[in-house]
This record gives sequence, structure tokens and C-alpha cells, in this order.
Amino acid sequence: MKIKVFVTPKKNVLDPQGVAVGHALESLGLKGLKGTRVGKVVELELDEADSPQLRAQLDKLCRDLLSNPVIEDYHYEIAGK
Amino acid sequence: MNIAVLQFPGSNCDQDAFQLFATGLGLPTRFVWHKDTKLGDADLVVVPGGFSYGDYLRCGAIARFSPIMAAVKEFSEKGGLVLGICNGFQILCEAGMLPGALIRNSSLEFRCVTCDLAVEDAGTAFNTRVLGRRIRLPIAHGEGNYRIDDAGKAQLEANGQILLRYVDNPNGSMGGIAGIRNEEGNVFGMMPHPDRAFERFHPSSDGIAVARAVLSVRYPDLLKKSA
Repeated sequence: MKIKVFVTPKKNVLDPQGVAVGHALESLGLKGLKGTRVGKVVELELDEADSPQLRAQLDKLCRDLLSNPVIEDYHYEIAGK
Repeated sequence: MNIAVLQFPGSNCDQDAFQLFATGLGLPTRFVWHKDTKLGDADLVVVPGGFSYGDYLRCGAIARFSPIMAAVKEFSEKGGLVLGICNGFQILCEAGMLPGALIRNSSLEFRCVTCDLAVEDAGTAFNTRVLGRRIRLPIAHGEGNYRIDDAGKAQLEANGQILLRYVDNPNGSMGGIAGIRNEEGNVFGMMPHPDRAFERFHPSSDGIAVARAVLSVRYPDLLKKSA
């Protein structure tokens, strides 16, 4: 089973990196840019089946380690069985 | 008096913090390795600056799960004094021992300068009499931009939890916040480096007063001895 965890800066938190990347995109000719947010993706490969217990554990790990809830949001996608 | 300075892989201000307390204040000081599970006899735990675990994931995010951090948390819950400097401040925020978080400087630049800092009234937990109203300390960080939600910020202000503010904000911190304490008044964090401000060749000697401000409320004899 493959899990992709997406971590992004919260909407109301300043993202200096996103602002800088946005400026660069505009200077390369991108028109109409309304926002750029830079986050990260964590890919996990797991020898376990999907279950409510696993998801509860994943949520806890996302809150405790993979994201900082003060400044970031997360969500994940599970692929495979 | 016993000062414990933590060491993580990637700490690089551990020796500076050690020297501040050992030679700057003349106090018994020792290192505690991050894999230790016990602090031993300690009156103050210093979480030093550096790049623990290479700043991977987020600054301080991995160090907070080091074995010693459970002991530090327990120590602080019993009222023990904890001081986090720079990366140490980031670690204490990640560990939930201080509110808020530190993100990338708004300039995206690593800032390495000496800053004027306004000393705030942080109540009885931080002895501002030894500091006066303005001090100068060096900063050296890329992620010192302090962030907290509006309710959290209002609480910091109302409780007098803000220790220091930048006079000229170098990193985009909310309200120019450079250092805070927890509500209980025994856990302190700051991005500026008191551990780089006590030797003759340092840009200022205000680091000594900051260390005293943290210690002297609890250990007033410290001021008598040095006076």
C-alpha cells in the first residue's frame, strides 16, 4: 500500500517561500497568478492493509511529526490495497 | 546550582551555551546527550542552537522526539527552568512546551546580525531589572519568523509572556517577537543568542544579563554573588 502525505502551509499563514516562487513564475511570463503555496509530499510504502485503526494512527503521526498544526495543514491519499 | 546543556546531532551552539554559564556566570555546567533518558540533578536545562537533525522536515521537528526530551518535558512540568536558544526555541515550540511556531524569514535570507532588542515586562518570571530596557544580541537564523494565531498572540500579550522584541524586525516575526515564555513562567525561548554575547570579542556582553534574568527570580543569591 502506498500513502502520499501532502503538507501545506495553512491558508492564513504567511508562506515566504511561496511568495518568492510566485514572483519567479511571474517573471517567467505566467499571467494571472493569484497565489502560490509551497508544501511538501511524504511518500510512504507500507506492508499493511487500510483500516480505521491505521488511519487513526496515520492522523496522529501527521499531527505529531509530519506536519505542525500551528502552521500547516495535511491530507493523505492511499493507493493500492 | 547545576546547568544542563543538551546536545543533539547538529547542535552547534552547545559549546557557546556551556561557556556562557560555565565561564560567563561561573556555574557548574555539564552536557547531556540527546539519547540519555535522565537529566540528573539540574536547576536549568539549556536547549542550544544549531541545526539539530539537519533541520529536516521542519526545524526542531525531529529533535523533539529525542529520548531526552521526555525527561525535559517532565522536568518542566514539575516547574524546572528551561531555556531554548535559536534552534532550541524552535525545538521547544515543536514540542508544544512553548506556543506558536517559527517559519522561514520573510526575506528568505539567513540573517546574521546584531540586533537591538526591546525588553518587555514579562512579569515576575523574567527579571528585567538586570536587563534594563534595551539590549543588543546577535541573531543567526533562517527560520526565526514567529507565528501564532490571533487568539494565541492576544494571550501572550495579556499574560506578559513576551520577553524581547526586535527594534528593527529582521525576519518578519509577528509583533517583532524575538523571545517568549510559557504561561507558567518556567520555559523560555528566544531566537537571539545570549550565548554569543559575553566574551570580550563578542558584539555585546548582554548575554550574561539574559542568563541572570532567567535564573535570578528563582535563585536570587546568584545576583548577590556577582554583585
